Amino acid sequence: MNTTTLMFLIFAVLAVIFSVLTITTQRIIRAATYLLAVLLCTAGIYFTMDYAFLGAVQILVYAGGIVVLYVFSIFLTSQTNKDEEDDSLRSKIVSVGAVVAGVALCSFIVLTHKFTNTILIDSTQYDISVERVGQLLLSPEYGGMLLPFELISVLLLACIITGVIIARKH
Amino acid sequence: MIHIEYLMVLSLIMLFIGIFGFLTQRSTLAMLISIELMLNAADLNFVAFNRIIYDNNQEGYFFTLFSIAITAAETAIAIAIIINLYRTLRKIDVKHLSKLKW
Repeated sequence: MNTTTLMFLIFAVLAVIFSVLTITTQRIIRAATYLLAVLLCTAGIYFTMDYAFLGAVQILVYAGGIVVLYVFSIFLTSQTNKDEEDDSLRSKIVSVGAVVAGVALCSFIVLTHKFTNTILIDSTQYDISVERVGQLLLSPEYGGMLLPFELISVLLLACIITGVIIARKH
Repeated sequence: MIHIEYLMVLSLIMLFIGIFGFLTQRSTLAMLISIELMLNAADLNFVAFNRIIYDNNQEGYFFTLFSIAITAAETAIAIAIIINLYRTLRKIDVKHLSKLKW
């Protein structure tokens, strides 16, 4: 077991623990904080896979942008969670059953499938530098991502306008 | 050496924790946080498959990149709706959302 695997396992265990804490905690602000921890652990996993740019984007956009948005909205919609104890036992049992069945099915598929190469390709074999990412992002050739990039910019513009229209005072 | 199964099992667990949270939580903000967990698990899967199916392109990598951008857009819209909801109803629990138009 080398250092990369060790770091990956540490990040994976932390991500699972914080995911469980995210949905089990009663205070919504704590859920947002645990979500931040999960996202940072995921960024750490990207770093151990040598996707440095992706890890940086994860930290910048997810941890820096989205979680801050969550915290703001939690403060704006501050509410007392008094009437929370009435969720029915039946829906909880159904949820547990659905999740257990789904985990069983998916883990059966994942663990019995024979992958052709199970070990991730060594990152020294190919070029994932920021320069190459930028060139692919703006190239119209095969493998380039110019059209999705432009679509994302249109989507973000639409998102800004819609956010303003929905959240404004009438 | 990171095996592909490790990543897939991690993403599987995270996905189903998100699904469980989505089914059991009653506050819309908590449900949105569960959706974030699910999307994060899907991103991990894209990156893992980009690593084992490699033909000199980076489709999975860019898919994750765009997925993060789309998540940001989706969160912004959802939070705008939730704030509007709070302004109208003073509550953000799903059980109070029984009318489409106030």
